[in-house]
Amino acid sequence: MSFIQINQLEKHWQGKAAVDGISFTASKGEFIALLGPSGCGKSTTLKMLAGLEKPDAGQIKIDGHDVTQAAPGKRQLSMVFQSYALFPHLSVTENILFGLKARRVPKDEQQRRLAYALDCVSLVAQADKKPGQLSGGQCQRVALARAIVSQAPICLMDEPLSNLDARLRHEMRSEIRRLQQQLNLTVIYVTHDQIEAMSMADRIILLNNGKIEQIGTPNQLYSQPASRFVAEFIGQPPMNLLVGDEHLVGVRPEHISLATQGVAARAVHTEYQGAETRVEARLETRFPGQMVSFTLPGHQVVNADEHLTLQWPAGQEHYFSHKTGQRLANQTPLLNPHSKDLAHVY
Amino acid sequence: MSRHSVQAWLLLLPALCLLMAFTYFPTVQTVWRSVFSLGTQPSDFTLENYQFMMEDDVLHQVIVNTALYALFTVPLAIGIALVMALWVNSQMKGRGWLRLAYFTPTVLPMIAVANIWLFFYSPEIGLLNQLLGLFEHRGYNWLGDPDLSLYCLMVITVWKEAGFFMIFYLAALQSLSPELYQAASIEGAGRWTQFRRITFPLLMPTTLFILVNAVLNAFKMVDHLFILTKGGPNNASNLLLYYIYENAFSFFDTAYAASLTLLLLLALVALALLQFGVFERRTHYR
Repeated sequence: MSFIQINQLEKHWQGKAAVDGISFTASKGEFIALLGPSGCGKSTTLKMLAGLEKPDAGQIKIDGHDVTQAAPGKRQLSMVFQSYALFPHLSVTENILFGLKARRVPKDEQQRRLAYALDCVSLVAQADKKPGQLSGGQCQRVALARAIVSQAPICLMDEPLSNLDARLRHEMRSEIRRLQQQLNLTVIYVTHDQIEAMSMADRIILLNNGKIEQIGTPNQLYSQPASRFVAEFIGQPPMNLLVGDEHLVGVRPEHISLATQGVAARAVHTEYQGAETRVEARLETRFPGQMVSFTLPGHQVVNADEHLTLQWPAGQEHYFSHKTGQRLANQTPLLNPHSKDLAHVY
Repeated sequence: MSRHSVQAWLLLLPALCLLMAFTYFPTVQTVWRSVFSLGTQPSDFTLENYQFMMEDDVLHQVIVNTALYALFTVPLAIGIALVMALWVNSQMKGRGWLRLAYFTPTVLPMIAVANIWLFFYSPEIGLLNQLLGLFEHRGYNWLGDPDLSLYCLMVITVWKEAGFFMIFYLAALQSLSPELYQAASIEGAGRWTQFRRITFPLLMPTTLFILVNAVLNAFKMVDHLFILTKGGPNNASNLLLYYIYENAFSFFDTAYAASLTLLLLLALVALALLQFGVFERRTHYR
C-alpha cells in the first residue's frame, strides 16, 4: 500500500506547463528525491504536495485520503525550506514550538517534544538564541527540529542544503538520512544536486520539462538510464554519447581504459585531479572525429596529441534512439540484479 | 589636535552649522527669552511667564485638547493604516488604483485639504448637512459647535495621515518573505495566528517609526486650524502649537510664547524617550 499517491498532477503558468502529468507513489519510511535541472517542475510538484499551490489537474492522496484540496496544515506533513524560513523575531525554542502552539498541543507535551527535538539536532545550547545569531548550518538544524516536533509522518524538503558550504553539506546529508531512518519519516526531497539524490535517496524521480524521465533506485538510474537525458544528467563527468549509424552509443567515462587493442584516439586535453586524471580525446576509428572523456587512476602522464588506444567492455555500452532519445531495449546487465522493479519509462 | 580629528570636525562642520543656526541657537534663545523678558520687553530674571502657565485656563484647555487629539488620532490613523495596508497587500484586482486612492490625501497640500473639508462641514451648503438633509435631518453646525469642532478636526487628520502611514506599512509588508507564511500555514497556523505571531511583530520597527511621527504630527498640528476654526469656538478646538502662534503673533506676548514653546519641547522629548524606551525593547530589528 502506498502512503503517498500522486496521480496525473498538472500545473500551468501562463499557459505553459510547469508540471505536466506527474504520477508517482511513495511508501511509508521511504526517502524519495525529486531531481532535475532548474525549471523542471520539481519545486512546483513539492509545493502542490504541501498544499502551497493548487494543482490545475490531478489528485494527491496521503494515507488513503484525497488531500488535493486540503489546507497545508491538514496534510500531516512538515516542510524544510531552502531559505530555512525561520521566524527572525522568535528564539530557537519559539521557532520550534510555533506549530505546536498553533495547534494547541498541551504545554507539558510541548516541552517534552521540544527537548527531544533539540537533542536530535544538538541545539540545546542555542535554545534561547535568535536565528540571526546562528550559522547557516544551525539555522538548518532549527528548521529540521521544527519538522521533528510536529511528529508529522511526512517531511518535504526543498533544496535544504543548497545554502550551505560543501563540508557542511556533506555533514548534513548523513544527518538528515540518520534522522529520517531514526524517525521512520517519509521524505520527499527536492534537489538539483545529483550527488545528494544518489547518496541519500531510496528512489530518485528524475524530472525534465515537467515530465518524469525515470523513476528508480540510484543504481538503476546510473546503470540503466531510461533516456539520453538521464544518461547525460546522472554521473560526473557525464556519459559519453557517441553518434552511431543506427543509434546513439553511451559509454561511462570510468569504463574506458587504455589498451593495446581497440579504438584509436588522439589526446586533446588532460587534467590531473589528484586521485585520478581526466582525459579528453578525439576518436579516430569506429566513431571518427567524436570526442570522449574518461578518467585514469592516479597521476598518468598523457601528452596532448599523443596517440592512444581505448577500450571499453561491450556490456557497458548503452544504446539510445536517435529520434526519441529513449533507451533501446537490448542490453546491459544490471549491476545489481536483485532490484525488483525495472526502470519506468514515460 | 591630530590631523584625523581636524578632518573629522571639518566633515561634521556643515551639519553642525545648520543644527547650531536653526536648532540649538533658537532653543537656547527661547529659554533665554522665557526667563529674561515679559511681553515683548526685556526684564531681569523672572519666572512670571511660568507662573502664569499655572493660572492660564485657556492653556489648560489647550493641553486637554491636544492630549485628546493625540489620543484619538494616533491609534486610529495607525490602526486604519495597518488594516488598509493588509488589504491592499493581498491579491486582488485593481489594487494599484486602490493604493493610489489611499495615498491621494497625502499628496494634497494641507491648505487645500482644509478647504475641501471646510466645504464638507459648512452649515448650510456643506456636503455632510446636504446628505443628512436627504434623511430629513436638519444637520449640525459641525465646526461651530464646541462639542463637535475638535472631533471634526480629528477626522481630517486621520483621513490624511492613514494613507501616508499605509505606504510605510505596505513597504514593510512587501519586504516580508512569503516563505515565512508558507512555513506557518504548513504548521497549521490560521490567518489570525499568522498576523499575531508573524506579521505584527515583524512590523514593529515600522510601527514605532510611524508612532513617533504620528505623535509629533499631533503636537505640530496647526495648518487646519488656520482655515477651519482658528481654535474656536471659544478655544474648543485650540491646540498647543496654534496657541503658541496666537500668543506670539496675535497677542504679541513673545515671552509667554517662548515659555510655552519650551513646554511643547519638553513634552515631545518626554514622549520620544517613552516611546523608544518602551517599544525599543520589544522590537525586533533585522
